[in-house]
Amino acid sequence: MEVKSLVKRSDYEWEIPKKGAMRVPGRIFASRKLLEEMDEKVREQVTNVACLPGVVKASMAMPDAHWGYGFPIGGVAAFDPEEGGIISVGGVGYDISCGVRCLLTGLKKEEVLPVLEDLVEQLFITIPSGVGAEGKIRLSVKQLDEVLVGGARWAVSKGYGDPQDLDFIEERGCLPGADPDCVSLEAKKRQHRQVGTLGSGNHYLEIQYVAEIYDQKVAEAFGLVKDEVVISIHCGSRALGHQIATDYIKILAKASKKYGIPVKEKELVCAPILSPEGERYYRAMVCGVNCALANRQVISHLVREVFDKIIPRAHIRVLYDVSHNTCKIEEHRVGGALKRLYVHRKGATRAWGPGRSELPERYRAVGQPVLIGGTMGTASYILVGTREGEEKAFASACHGAGRAMSRHQALKMWRGQEVIEALRRRGIIVRAKSKKGAAEEAPEAYKDVTEVVESAHRAGLASKVAKVLPLGCIKG
Amino acid sequence: MQGGYETFEHGADIGIRGWGQTLEEAFINAAKALFSLMVSNLEEVTPEREEKIEAQGEDLEELFLDWLNKLLAVAGMYNLVFATFSCQILQGYRLKGLARGEKIDPTKHELGVEVKGATYTMLKVAQQDGLWVAQCVVDV
Repeated sequence: MEVKSLVKRSDYEWEIPKKGAMRVPGRIFASRKLLEEMDEKVREQVTNVACLPGVVKASMAMPDAHWGYGFPIGGVAAFDPEEGGIISVGGVGYDISCGVRCLLTGLKKEEVLPVLEDLVEQLFITIPSGVGAEGKIRLSVKQLDEVLVGGARWAVSKGYGDPQDLDFIEERGCLPGADPDCVSLEAKKRQHRQVGTLGSGNHYLEIQYVAEIYDQKVAEAFGLVKDEVVISIHCGSRALGHQIATDYIKILAKASKKYGIPVKEKELVCAPILSPEGERYYRAMVCGVNCALANRQVISHLVREVFDKIIPRAHIRVLYDVSHNTCKIEEHRVGGALKRLYVHRKGATRAWGPGRSELPERYRAVGQPVLIGGTMGTASYILVGTREGEEKAFASACHGAGRAMSRHQALKMWRGQEVIEALRRRGIIVRAKSKKGAAEEAPEAYKDVTEVVESAHRAGLASKVAKVLPLGCIKG
Repeated sequence: MQGGYETFEHGADIGIRGWGQTLEEAFINAAKALFSLMVSNLEEVTPEREEKIEAQGEDLEELFLDWLNKLLAVAGMYNLVFATFSCQILQGYRLKGLARGEKIDPTKHELGVEVKGATYTMLKVAQQDGLWVAQCVVDV
């Protein structure tokens, strides 16, 4: 991206000045290095979002932003329903509520290493992953409706996990407002055999250890101890979310015309929040969120089963569960007034600062855990939300490393087996259903996650707590 | 010139492209490109199951997207991979087609990546040098 056309607000915050049809300025949080490498399309998409009705304060992009569908990946924007604000499929994406859950095991790395091979193998066998994998739970379409309303609470009520898990999931495991009647039969038929599956592409389950702690006080509140093992699960609402997005792009395309909302890009189609179409999309999207929360809950249960078999002294507790493709109703202070806004985060993590009532009691004094996934060969990070981030970016932070290289390029560079063997030489055990997928997901195909996290930290969006490194990884 | 298909580069995701003498052929080849992302040895897929596909749109490009997304939906509902297709494009940007394939089987099929949806990005259906070309980026 051409840096000189941007106005520098600080070393980690850059503004696209308001002009033309823009209702608010654009703001990109990134180091100069990340900004220079960023796709020019990010600027275009941030600008397009800034033109939408009811947008508040600024259209934003996180340090890991890249070219997306309507919104950039890493895009954040809040809309005020009282000011004609809109809701957009592009602001949520095709994988509704895709996110990361981190589990603490209470085990030392040394305890796990002797059984690592076995753990990875058993997790790979137990957790359905990859193209065409079916879940172990068989639901009728009607039973699936209960999942869409109940989220992780549904899963716990069926015996998948402990009730205490729910305290450590956003929205306590269930986002209210779901209406399964707003979700097509096709979407439900695609999903009813997929509950508790990992998926493919950049989704993964990783065994990691805490390699470094930056903030001892917060790490203690989170339960993070140096050299202890954690598990990270990255997946979303599976086919249900994909079908909801596909269905509602068509519905909102018609709505955009009906309500006379000019959209600069087809995937920015939207409807006023206070319209039947906008309302229905919101209720369908909530079903997607709950589906993802249930999905990660069922997978966590399967993880516990495997650990119980292989290393039963593990005590697995949910550190936290964040979603990074959502639209949520939240209260934020804008220009001194408290407003109820629809905050779209497309490839961005919510990051509440300390004191928020939404947080579990255990974390309320320090802030929300922010889980940032890396690649199968590089670090992941755990950060904590800040008050500064609430003011600057509606309490949002980055979500991952972001690709640096296209899948095509990656396939030209590496073979899947080579990638897996190279990681094994570094002590990281990878099992993947798709060898091609392993090549596409090679660590070198991604941006430097450390630079991304450093930018989020320096920009004040979230503050570094710990770095974790991979030991084993399961891919679709 | 014959029909064919390929995938092409796009940022974090991937593009699919089909071409042929007729619009139908371009649509069919693009569908092959789509399913080649999920199963790389499409030639090994046995056409033992047949599903009807109906699609429609406001214009040719939307019809093309709907065709791809309907294929994804039907394949997803029954856990299938499709490898052979036929279709007929009708008046009013409507389409009737058939897709043939079988259940996904990791012991037989070389698995790739699931496709979340066909998108408007780089969406194009046009005549080029006497051939019809249909393409778009898919979210994986």
